[in-house]
Amino acid sequence: MELALGKQKGLLHKTTETRHRKRTLNLYTLSLYGWAVVRGVIVIGLCFLILYPTILKVFVSFMSENDLYDVTVKYIPKNPTFENIKKVWTAMRYPQAFWNTLKISLMTSIMQLISCTFIGYGFARFNFKGKNLLFALVILTMIVPPQTIMIPLFLHFRYFDLFGIVSMLTGKKGINLLNSQWPFMLLSATGMGLKNGLYIYIMRQFFRGMPKELEEAAYVDGASMFRTFYQIMLPSAVPAMVTVFLFSFVWQWTDTFYSNLFLQNLRVLSVALGSISFDITQQIYWETGVNISLSPVVSSMYTNTASLLVILPLIVIYLVAQKYFVESIERTGIVG
Amino acid sequence: MLLVSTNRGNQAAGRKRRRLTLTSKRAMMGYAFVSPYIIGLIAFFMVPIVQSFIFSLNSFEVVEDGYVLIPNGFEYYRRALFVHPDFVRNLVESLLDMVTNVPLIIIFSFFAANLLNQKFRGRAAARAIFFLPVILMSGVMRTVDSGDLLQSSLGLTQTDSGGGTLQAIELARVLFQTRLDPRFINYIISAVERIYDIVSASGVQILIFLAGLQSIPPSLFEASNIEGATGWENFWKITFPMVSPLILVNTVYTVIDTLTNSSNSVMELIEEIAFSQNNYGFSSAMAWIYFISVMVVVLIIIGIISRSVFYQE
Repeated sequence: MELALGKQKGLLHKTTETRHRKRTLNLYTLSLYGWAVVRGVIVIGLCFLILYPTILKVFVSFMSENDLYDVTVKYIPKNPTFENIKKVWTAMRYPQAFWNTLKISLMTSIMQLISCTFIGYGFARFNFKGKNLLFALVILTMIVPPQTIMIPLFLHFRYFDLFGIVSMLTGKKGINLLNSQWPFMLLSATGMGLKNGLYIYIMRQFFRGMPKELEEAAYVDGASMFRTFYQIMLPSAVPAMVTVFLFSFVWQWTDTFYSNLFLQNLRVLSVALGSISFDITQQIYWETGVNISLSPVVSSMYTNTASLLVILPLIVIYLVAQKYFVESIERTGIVG
Repeated sequence: MLLVSTNRGNQAAGRKRRRLTLTSKRAMMGYAFVSPYIIGLIAFFMVPIVQSFIFSLNSFEVVEDGYVLIPNGFEYYRRALFVHPDFVRNLVESLLDMVTNVPLIIIFSFFAANLLNQKFRGRAAARAIFFLPVILMSGVMRTVDSGDLLQSSLGLTQTDSGGGTLQAIELARVLFQTRLDPRFINYIISAVERIYDIVSASGVQILIFLAGLQSIPPSLFEASNIEGATGWENFWKITFPMVSPLILVNTVYTVIDTLTNSSNSVMELIEEIAFSQNNYGFSSAMAWIYFISVMVVVLIIIGIISRSVFYQE
């Protein structure tokens, strides 16, 4: 349309104008179709690129060892088998690890959702002394590599002691909170967990984009500030909250940093995935008494199968949530 | 804040009570909403970061029922920078990697966001797939997949074998005939070879750009169309300036994401020294050097980009 309009300018003679428009319009529709085709190719190609490794994992997880070395087998295995999945399932101790991961991920993401919504609202709507400094610190917590504070955090939760109360009462050097969900809960509740800076930022931007008149109307009608928050603001913040919840759940699920740091004995999926080859050789050793080393190809096959088992629940959740998630983008308004 | 006098206020009934103004009341509510963050900031960020700095200046000895610190000066910093065989090399390499990857990720995600912002059939499905890497390439998955043998032998991630590289050679031949600067051509070829890494690192960035694109008021485009602007002009005069603040946000996010993800080689080294060798002091010193380099990089980037960013307000 722009092209046509541009060309029309200054053409006063009626017949030339109509002829001209006809031609440019044809060219215009042609270029439109051309672009649609190019766009289709690009989009489909990129979608394929993104999905390909996962599709590959699905095929690999049903392959037997012979299929791996067979040159004629590219995707569809000749001897499909559930052997891999069974082996990985027991070596990961999947049900137990799944349950632990689910517990921790669900609790942390709910905690993070609550705390980041509160904090984001506080930053978006109220003016108080030191607000800008505090918000700059939110950005700083994102920049600091978690490795910088990992050892103090580790010791902090190893000898957890709030203001010296525990040592005063019991005479010991604090409580050991490692190997429980408490470090995760405490960090999430105070907006200091994994990537919480980003969630606070998302929530703040969302609340900033909401019209102020809504709240003012509620105040005039006599609602308290807190009531305004949970009756007026929260219901409309659902899209942004879905985004934050999905991010925090997924990233907690696949996180190895905090899990390695706080959980040595409690088994979670992400850590189990990291050590899958070792676990499988151990398992074979216990079953047969033979100490074998896996060939790189076979160990890669187990890793792929295991990683499929780790992300499968996430993909299911994503399929359910993606409708809200993708729709929510339009209203999230993550604008700088 | 000055008007808080609730001690006496309630008891004396007929007395004129000084009440909080709305502004200070709102300030109090603001503190109430942000209070969890203030607690967390002090307990789980400020204190640990100071402690970590102290650790980096001391050698750390675990004794029964706790630990003792033995002053060590800047010895660990010297060792990290001048003695350790891998640290500086890894640091420089990951910074260089970042410098080549970040522009590609930003350009790609901006392109993809523009693509997904157009109307076409199957757009919802395409969007869902484009954001999938947020799940597929997070945390442990990124670490596992990046070094995986089967994935690379079947021709996706960058290796010497497989179909991907062959096509890149074809492309290289075509490109070299155009007589562009060879450095530029090499950059493009390396981008093509790493396309999967780039696509899978741009999920969040596409999301942010897309949200930005959708917040541009359509009336701007209508007005410029009536004035006779072409699509190309619209893009550079409206879309680009309106989204430019997000280029800054996205660049900073991408830099942080590539430099602090757990598959980064420096990060792995720091963790290994802390937990395999139990050398907490040395690892803290390395983490501080790394933190300062990341900080400097981010500040430089903010300094460069924020000059050319257009703000509506």
